[in-house]
Amino acid sequence: MSEAAGGFAAELAALDLSALAARALEATDSDVDRVLAAQQLGPADVAVLLSPAAAARLEEIAQAAKEQTTQRFGRAVRLFAPLYLSNACLSTCTYCGFAKDLDVVRRTLTVAEVTAESAVLVQRGFRHLLLVSGEHRTEVSADYLIDVVRALDPDVVSVSIETQTWSDDTYARLVAAGVEGVVHYQETYDRARYADVHRAGWKRDFDRRLAAVERAAASGVRRLGVGALLGLAPDWRADVIAVASHAAWLSRHFWRTDVTVALPRIKPSASGFQPVVEISDADYVQAMAALRLGAPDAGIVLSTREPAALRDGLVRIAVTSMSAGSSTEPGGYSHPGESQQQFSISDDRTPAQIAAMLAAAGYEPVWKDAFSLRPEPVRF
Amino acid sequence: MLDLTSPLIIGKYTFTSRLLTGTGKFASHEIMREALAASGSELVTVALRRVDPSRTGDGDVLDFLDTARYTLLPNTSGAVNAEEAVRLARLARAGEMGDLVKLEVTPDPRWLTPDPIETLRAAELLVADGFTVLPYCSADPILCRRLEDAGCATVMPLGSWIGSNRGLRTRDAVEIIISQAGVPVVVDAGLGVPSDAAEAMEIGADAVLVNTAIAVARDPIAMARGFALATEAGRLGYLAGRAAPRQEAEASSPLTGFLR
Repeated sequence: MSEAAGGFAAELAALDLSALAARALEATDSDVDRVLAAQQLGPADVAVLLSPAAAARLEEIAQAAKEQTTQRFGRAVRLFAPLYLSNACLSTCTYCGFAKDLDVVRRTLTVAEVTAESAVLVQRGFRHLLLVSGEHRTEVSADYLIDVVRALDPDVVSVSIETQTWSDDTYARLVAAGVEGVVHYQETYDRARYADVHRAGWKRDFDRRLAAVERAAASGVRRLGVGALLGLAPDWRADVIAVASHAAWLSRHFWRTDVTVALPRIKPSASGFQPVVEISDADYVQAMAALRLGAPDAGIVLSTREPAALRDGLVRIAVTSMSAGSSTEPGGYSHPGESQQQFSISDDRTPAQIAAMLAAAGYEPVWKDAFSLRPEPVRF
Repeated sequence: MLDLTSPLIIGKYTFTSRLLTGTGKFASHEIMREALAASGSELVTVALRRVDPSRTGDGDVLDFLDTARYTLLPNTSGAVNAEEAVRLARLARAGEMGDLVKLEVTPDPRWLTPDPIETLRAAELLVADGFTVLPYCSADPILCRRLEDAGCATVMPLGSWIGSNRGLRTRDAVEIIISQAGVPVVVDAGLGVPSDAAEAMEIGADAVLVNTAIAVARDPIAMARGFALATEAGRLGYLAGRAAPRQEAEASSPLTGFLR
């Protein structure tokens, strides 16, 4: 538990999320005026933007978020695809379709199968991949991940991972192999709720997970992804405030590191988990706009969990990075329907259809915005 | 008679236009192409990290640039140290993109401020390797001297933070840089409106580079034309030699007027 002493954990302890969440419910119209006029927003300001008073002015807040997004990121949206390596898992998370105690078909792709999946994604246009797996340290070991990264299609220029957390040494090895980004969503910043839903396994340790992104950054990882799974904890506003604060803290402490944020909402899965709170589409848009204004430099990622119409709307407000045509089962691009998926997706448009939607909305679909960090690249 | 047609000479390359432009942040490649045409620019920078030679179908940024009309200036944006910048420049040259390189080494993803130490190191390596190097750098007079000494073809001090549209916030330092430079000074980054470009040119910058202000404008094509006119207007203002500014109004003959 020594990791809890420093890092963002210390800041989180000092944040008093419940007081901030209370503020989010009490803020007045003039509080909203003040925050919209402010230059740099802190956690209390983000709370104001999540208030019912702010909800009554959602269009105005969305306009401010859009302006911020356009200025910082331009009229461009980065496209990526998740590539599921394995659904083997030793952790028991009550909301996840890969949880250890579920009786589902388990599969870990061979390195050759991953290469084939990456080739399919390259053929569909993707150059940025997110490698995703359950938490199984022998099925998805560091050595396996490094072999996989080396064997990806040569046209893949940006590789991020969303796996279990690792030691400093392993992050450094992954960086040397060419991994650009590491994604570890905290899921919820509410410690008690975290303990309720992460019942067993490596992921059960809240502080180890929270500190992992800091270890990754210190080990040279360039892009960090943090986020919360909305619907997991009763107070979604508190988690949005925490994500904005987490991103700001990471940016302050790791000046070389790019931070992205996400607020996925819980989707149906084999777990049968039901969200403990409903976040309406209007709430969700408010959360994304508040996050944009509270973390103006952070890229905002939106997955195919969300339905098409909402995704199309959020691109115009806050989102800077999207997945498209995703499969959440291992091997699902080459051989769909043979394994258990992590969760069901809502936007099933093809990558080409997403690119066409972006173009029609006045945004450039950015398929490639990186150069390969893998050793001995043959192209940029 | 003023020589209004004096070309901009960068290494072995000669240009009539003094407005350099970029290709990022546009809503589409088609709008980019039209905006570049409206800018009259002849030297256009392209981020190598956005170039994708393997792309087929909907096209890569290079497919939208007429290389008979524009000289390509590949840039190393995304590089966080000298080694990465050098590697990118060499890959570009191997990919038949020429020997010009806009050197960008920006390890801080938030402000994208150039790393002076790594930029100088990369410049030395690239010049030794035969590149024509245009380094994006802080508005630091000594750094610009060092980059020139290293053999860079220009220096490119920032006007303000890249993409910020804040204007020529570094004016005092840029004036020193201009007064000392033996290579063209190109004010790069932060110019937000045409009058910012005019200001930079009026104080004697040899050229300006503008991307975000054009790409993100409501009408990028009109904004590109505005920057083209302002760059030319500023150049004329510089060449014409402005009268010295004064604190107070001054009559034409304040001491001897009583004699009339």
